[in-house]
Amino acid sequence: MNDSNKDPLLDLEHISKRFGGLQALKDVSLTLYPGEVLALAGDNGAGKSTLIKTISGVHKPDTGTIKYCGQVLHLETPHQARNAGIETIYQDLAIADNLDVGGNVFLGRETVKRVFGLPFVDRRRMRQEAVETLKDLDIHIQQPESPLRSLSGGQRQSVAIGRAIHWKARVLIMDEPTAALGVPEQRKVMEIIEKLKKNGVGVIFISHNLIDIFQVSDRILVLRRGEKVGERLISQTNHDEVVRLMVGG
Amino acid sequence: MFQEKSLTIRMPLVGGGDQKVYRWLALLAAFRAWLFLAILLVVFELWAECVYHRTFLFTAFNIQSIAVFTVTPLLLGLGQTFVVISGGIDLSVGFTMGLSAVVMAHIVNATSASVGPVGSLVLGVLAGIAVAFIPGIINGLLISKLRIPPFIGTLGMYGVARGAAYLLARGTTVPIANGPLNFIGNGVIGPLPIVVLIAFVIVAMMHYLLSCSRFGQHTYAIGGNVQAALRAGIDVPRNTLVLYVLSAITAACAGILYTARFTAGAPQAGEPILLDSIAAVVIGGASLFGGSGTIVGTVIGSLIIAVIQYGLVFVNVEPFWQFIAVGVVIIISVLVDQLQKRARK
Repeated sequence: MNDSNKDPLLDLEHISKRFGGLQALKDVSLTLYPGEVLALAGDNGAGKSTLIKTISGVHKPDTGTIKYCGQVLHLETPHQARNAGIETIYQDLAIADNLDVGGNVFLGRETVKRVFGLPFVDRRRMRQEAVETLKDLDIHIQQPESPLRSLSGGQRQSVAIGRAIHWKARVLIMDEPTAALGVPEQRKVMEIIEKLKKNGVGVIFISHNLIDIFQVSDRILVLRRGEKVGERLISQTNHDEVVRLMVGG
Repeated sequence: MFQEKSLTIRMPLVGGGDQKVYRWLALLAAFRAWLFLAILLVVFELWAECVYHRTFLFTAFNIQSIAVFTVTPLLLGLGQTFVVISGGIDLSVGFTMGLSAVVMAHIVNATSASVGPVGSLVLGVLAGIAVAFIPGIINGLLISKLRIPPFIGTLGMYGVARGAAYLLARGTTVPIANGPLNFIGNGVIGPLPIVVLIAFVIVAMMHYLLSCSRFGQHTYAIGGNVQAALRAGIDVPRNTLVLYVLSAITAACAGILYTARFTAGAPQAGEPILLDSIAAVVIGGASLFGGSGTIVGTVIGSLIIAVIQYGLVFVNVEPFWQFIAVGVVIIISVLVDQLQKRARK
C-alpha cells in the first residue's frame, strides 16, 4: 500500500517523551499513508498508549515533530487534533446512549434551523445525515430515532466511527476496537475498517489480538519499552516473528 | 466474564415473547405519569360522587384551585428538571425561593413611596430574580469548578439561603400592600388565574430550552455520558454553571408568584415544596442518575401532587395522608422504571 508516489497522511519523526524518570517513548518514528491500516503492537507498558495520545494531542512530545498532510502540527489539546481530522475511537467512551444516532453524530456540532427567528435543533436532518453517513460504511440502523442504549456494543462503536467519518476524519486511531465485543460484532468492525481503507482513511489499529492484526493491517509497528523494535509489512512477516519482537529475544 | 458480556450485548436483537412484555413495560414506563394522573382523577371523582354526591373534576373552581396549587412545585421543578437530567440535584431551590420572596417584599415596600405601586412592583420582581443569581452562581461554581458533589454543594446552599432569608425577614414574614401585585397573585383573566398564565409562559420557555435548543441537547448529553460530552467539545463546566443559575431563576419565579398570591414575602415559603418539586420531576419520568426527563413530564408530575393534595382535602381525608400518597406514587413510579430497565437487559 505504501507506494512512494503517495504523500503520507501522518509523519512522526523522532518522537521522545519522558514522564519523570520513565522514558515512555524514545526516538519513535512512524508514517501513515492514506488508505492504510497500521497496527501498533507491543506488550503492556511498551508505549502504545503514549504514542497514540501524542498523536491525538493529549501529550506533547519532548522532542520530535508531527507532520500531518505535509504540515508540521503543534498540538496543544485533543480538540485541535480532532479539528485537524485526527480522531480517536475509544471503546464506548464517545457515545451518549440516551441520544439517538443523529444526536451522537452531531454531538457538540448540532444543526440548527430557524423557526420565526428562534433556533431549533434540527433532529430530523441530523438523523438523516447520520444514517446516510453510516450507510456509506455499510452500517444500517434499524430504528434511527431510538436512543443508542438499545444498540449492541458493536453498533455503538460503528456510530462512533461514523461520527468521525462524518466530520471528515482522515486519521482514525482505534484503541482495542474489538475488545469486549462478540465474535460477529468483531467481524463487523473488521469489515468497517476495510471500508475505511477503501475510502482513503488512514487507520492506526491497536490490538492484543494478532489474528485481527494480520487480517486487517498492511503494516505493523512493534514497540518495546518505548522504542520501536521493528516495522514489517504484514505480507512479509508472521505471528512468531511479531511475538519475538514484542517480548524481545 | 468476557463471554457473558458479549452475550448481553447481542440479547436485545433477539425477538419473541420477551420482546412483547418488554414493549408493554416500556410503554407503561413512558406513560406512567399520565396513567397515574388519570387514575387519581377517576378515583377522586368516584369518591366525591359516591360519598358526597358532588363532582370533583367537573367544576371550574376545583380545576382552577388545582392549577393554582400546581404552580409552586412546578416552577421549582422546572429548573430542577434540567439539573436532574444533567445528573445533578439542587436542594437549595426551596430557600432560594424564600430568599427571593423576602428580598422582593423588602424592595417593593422600600420603593413604593418614591416610584409608585407599579414601579416598585417591577423593581421588586427584578430584585427577586437578581438575588437568586447569588446562590445559583455559587452552586454552579462549586459543582462545575471545584467538583463538589451536587448533593453536598446545594445542601450547603440550602442552609446559607435559609439563614439569609430568615435574617433578611427578621424571622417573620414581610407583608406588602401593593394593588397590582395582589391582582397578579389572585386575579383572573376569563377563567384563567393570572399566576397559572404566567407559569404557562415559563413552562413554554423551559420546554423550548430543554427540547429544542442546543443547550438542552447538551444537558441530555452531559447526563448521558459526561466523557462523551467533553470529547465532543461541549463546555461542560459552563453548561453546568448555567444549569444551576437556571434552577435558581425558576425558584425565584416561584417565590415571586408565591409572594403575589399571599401579598407577603415568607422565608419558609419553599420549605415544604422542595421535596414535592423533586418528586414531581421523578414522577414525571426523570432519572436521578441523569440522562432522561422532560418538561411535560414535570408538569404532569406537579399536577399529580397537586391533585393528591387538593383531592384528599376535598374528600375530607386528614391532610397527613397526602404525604403517604405522594410517597407511594414516587415509589411505584421509580419501580415501574426499574422493571422496564431490567427487562431491557
